[in-house]
Amino acid sequence: MLLTLLAATGLGLLRIRNLFAVVMLAGVYSLLSAGLFTVMDAVDVAFTEAAVGAGISTVLFLGALALCGHHESRPGHTPLLPLFVVCLTGIALVYGTMDMPPFGGADNPVHHHVADHYLEESYHEIGIPNVVTSVLASYRGYDTMGETTVVFAAAVGVMILLIGARTRRERPGGEEGDG
Amino acid sequence: MNIGLLVSHYNYWVVIFLMMVGFYILISRGNLIKKVIGLNVFQTSVFMLYITLGKITAGTPPILTEGEVVYSNPLPHVLILTAIVVGIATTSVALALAIRIKEAYGTVEEDEINRIEAGIEAGG
Repeated sequence: MLLTLLAATGLGLLRIRNLFAVVMLAGVYSLLSAGLFTVMDAVDVAFTEAAVGAGISTVLFLGALALCGHHESRPGHTPLLPLFVVCLTGIALVYGTMDMPPFGGADNPVHHHVADHYLEESYHEIGIPNVVTSVLASYRGYDTMGETTVVFAAAVGVMILLIGARTRRERPGGEEGDG
Repeated sequence: MNIGLLVSHYNYWVVIFLMMVGFYILISRGNLIKKVIGLNVFQTSVFMLYITLGKITAGTPPILTEGEVVYSNPLPHVLILTAIVVGIATTSVALALAIRIKEAYGTVEEDEINRIEAGIEAGG
């Protein structure tokens, strides 16, 4: 099953110290999760994940690796404290799932709020057969606008950071030696 | 522990396992780029949790067709579409910050950065 493969890939990500291999494995992880989304009926999410997660973010990571070097040094402190914190959190979360409704049930509480309305009425109100599209663009249009704002802010932030880096490097005798 | 609980909650548990793997990478590894990858793993596990919640057994993707069909819940899909795009935005900002740190300190390892900082403070 896909989920088991995903778990194995996650462990690989943890163990491997060559960051180039880790980035490639992250791409595999992303593609596997896209397959999982398809199986779970979320086709729109699957192709966004395949394009963004396996495509764009791999390119971004490779670009960052080209500038930062691709070897990870061994962590200097013992892993016991993080391991303890992680196990504790994991146990708490598993305890929390005991109250969760079973997977795939049609009468789970999540399906009985606005989802029924979207499925029954959206074709009359919007006229698009793909419910995900009509919810994204119309019912939750403000969310999408906010998302666009976030992406714009991120793009501006990246530009400021990287352009600032370049001008500092061009100026001779800047405060730091270049890496 | 009975087998029914295992089958009906297996998805949640694998999601939690992946989430904890991401969390562990995030807090135990010193390399900043590895940390960003851990954050991505964590993020994707949350996406999977949401999509898992939206799935109905024997349901179909929420694209309207003729006849009586059970559709999976479209609302989590919409939320996760937004979250994926926001996730790539935060990842790119994090990587840009890592590149800037590399420029300033010559390394992206947390330990070495701390050592350089301590050296600067000791040197006045």
